[in-house]
Amino acid sequence: MDTFGLLADGLLAALQAQNLLYALIGVTLGTAVGVLPGIGPALTVALLLPVTYRLDPTGSLIMFAGIYYGGMYGGSTTSILLNTPGESASIVTALEGNKMARKGRGGPALATAAIGSFVAGLIATLALAFVAPWVVKAALAFGPADYFALMVLAFVTVSAAFGDSALRGVTALFIGLGLGVIGIDLQTGQARLAFGIPDLLDGIEVTTLAVALFAIGETLAIASSRTHLKEEVLAVKGSVWMTLDDWKRSWPAWLRGTFIGFPIGAMPAGGAEIGTFFSYAAERKLSRHPEEFGQGAIEGVAGPEAANNASAAGTLVPLLTLGLPTSATAAIMLAGFQQFGLQPGPLLFANNAPLVWSLVASLLVANFMLLVLNLPLIGLWVKLLTIPKPWLYAGILTFATLGTLGANGAMSGRLGPIPFSFELLILLAFGFLGFGLRRFGYPIAPVVIGLILGPLSEQQLRRALAISQGDPSVLIASPIAITLYVIAAMAVLIPLYFRLRGKGAVLQQMASDED
Amino acid sequence: MNKLFLAALMTGALVVPGFAADYTIMAPAAPGGGWDQTARAMQEALQAEGISGNVQVTNVPGAGGTIGLAQFVNQYSGNPEALIVGGYVMVGAILTNASPVSLAEVTPIARLTGESDVIVVPAASELQTVDDLVAMLKADPGSVSWAGGSAGGVDHIAAGLFAKTVGVDPTKVNYIAYSGGGEALAAVLGGQVTVGISGLGEFDAQIQSGDLRALASTGAERLEGSDIPTLSESGVDLVVENWRMVAAAPGLSDEEKAAIDADIEKLVTSATWQGILETNGWQDMYLGGEAFDAQLAADITATEAILKDIGLVQ
Repeated sequence: MDTFGLLADGLLAALQAQNLLYALIGVTLGTAVGVLPGIGPALTVALLLPVTYRLDPTGSLIMFAGIYYGGMYGGSTTSILLNTPGESASIVTALEGNKMARKGRGGPALATAAIGSFVAGLIATLALAFVAPWVVKAALAFGPADYFALMVLAFVTVSAAFGDSALRGVTALFIGLGLGVIGIDLQTGQARLAFGIPDLLDGIEVTTLAVALFAIGETLAIASSRTHLKEEVLAVKGSVWMTLDDWKRSWPAWLRGTFIGFPIGAMPAGGAEIGTFFSYAAERKLSRHPEEFGQGAIEGVAGPEAANNASAAGTLVPLLTLGLPTSATAAIMLAGFQQFGLQPGPLLFANNAPLVWSLVASLLVANFMLLVLNLPLIGLWVKLLTIPKPWLYAGILTFATLGTLGANGAMSGRLGPIPFSFELLILLAFGFLGFGLRRFGYPIAPVVIGLILGPLSEQQLRRALAISQGDPSVLIASPIAITLYVIAAMAVLIPLYFRLRGKGAVLQQMASDED
Repeated sequence: MNKLFLAALMTGALVVPGFAADYTIMAPAAPGGGWDQTARAMQEALQAEGISGNVQVTNVPGAGGTIGLAQFVNQYSGNPEALIVGGYVMVGAILTNASPVSLAEVTPIARLTGESDVIVVPAASELQTVDDLVAMLKADPGSVSWAGGSAGGVDHIAAGLFAKTVGVDPTKVNYIAYSGGGEALAAVLGGQVTVGISGLGEFDAQIQSGDLRALASTGAERLEGSDIPTLSESGVDLVVENWRMVAAAPGLSDEEKAAIDADIEKLVTSATWQGILETNGWQDMYLGGEAFDAQLAADITATEAILKDIGLVQ
């Protein structure tokens, strides 16, 4: 049977009433866990695995797909409304999304996130169905040296998001890079900067840092200042829905986000966050309204949200074609496949074609269901902002604490006879750091970006050098790496050229503050 | 009437714990990994077979299982209903992390499953046999890059022992650590490294599809129906097997330990458990009682020696 015939069969299977119900349960659960910081889609799927022993394969795959996409989407809601990213892939969304929400444009921000996620999910799922084998070949060609070049490009482009003072931005980035060094070094197995504390051996958890800096830091900042507390937050200004102008500005960003996110998700060592960084940087560079960046530019929400959903679909490329899970959720989905006697890998498409196509079809259904579920809820979500501030922030504090406890809250510390959670201590300490950074005008995002990119780039650089036995020329030996360096150089030099030509005024504005 | 009620209550209180223990199984890892899957498989089988009425799984991830182990020892000491899943990786992690808590502080119950490593090369590689690999390694140890799981883990240990067994300085092994066998698979498929070494499960699909060539497995015997030779068949006298185990809390009485031993024995012989092993492709390596205690002690000694040889532990 040809590809379209198989996909149609899959869709017919997925559209049965019972499967639609599973899809609905999946996206509802997924959205809920995405909203709560700390409880990720991985844990939810793991908890549901034993339940699905009794379901048929199609039904449970549909539910997993729903949770996966739902989780990716749900994280954006708290990012936008409460400046509290539910998971690391929606950190960037908070930058512009929360600014929009404070200006009464929370509705359009949530809508562009939802529709962008849908568009990206749709295109990326179709790409998964039709080009997966080629994408995976390209992704495998990426060696450590190429990944390192990609990280360099990320550092260079993301620095655009650092706000108006390069010094402050770079300072914040280096705090993140420094935190990234903590923990067991993967290459040698030696502990670095752990000070004999077992909880530090795995390094600083990205979500803990993000929740601490964004949510706890913000709560402390609000609590410490009278003016902040009285500052009026508009729940809704104008329409809850996107205007024509919003649509015009969003759709190119959705498409760009999709085309950035999908291939990066497909890379075995890519990761959803990195796609969102690139997308944000690209939107900021290409926007016709650069002055709005840092003040709530809709492209800055549309692009990264599309990118994180596209990369969620991208993650399934190595999972299905190689049996290679590149995220925690994918690892559990792999376990789910295996319980139905499916071995993802090069032979999957040949041996289990009907099931693969019903998975692809169920992703499409889940994606659609997500839109149906979320668009009507937007009006309800933005009402969150009308909650009086003391209550709202008390709630944020509670959720942040519970989420951290739930995810990593081992009661491993001991103060005399009283056990306590070390992770919670870290949360609090970084909360104060976040408060300090805000108080003195340092941007927050580069700290988190440093923590994510630092260890990745370090490992890739050292792998490249170890394989070449210390010969640095390996770093510029492949065409992929050279291309990436050229793009990075252009990203630095072209603005410099324009600035020399006297067009600096525009660019100055482009680099306007995030806060 | 009151007395009757009281008596009923007391009988109930006495009878219920004897009927079935409500186990809490700690998986000292994040959801999704091997230990988590083992814990959840145990949960499924213990409940389905009626060995235990209600089984909870908790995840305490971190530092090769040592965070979970420390919490387990602190929190559950003397609790006869607490179990922890662990494995060979933990043995190495306790040493490399200088963990304050060791396996000596829990009550080992049984080894449950196991898996041998395989050494693979990309289909296009010049290396055809283990002999080719040995020759290349002897000529220039650094030129052979090995991709496997994290440093100090079973893959790294196997690579180090391989070098040592064929007479090459194990500190010269050019081991490239990836955060898991899966990422290592990508590196081997992409031709980024010379050989890959990790669990058979990581490479199996690609071996069958012909994208990878398996040079040897590190197990004691060939897997049933497999044409991958063992290392000893290829002239390298070495066996490395990764295993997973279950242990109970410290400070249990002999009767309490015997009860857990009996439950686990019922578990591993049950149809549900055997079915789970089959679907997951896990090898049954059940070993209980004193035989397991002795095996564990031997593994710890051997691991300590090789980690010192590689230079990971001082």
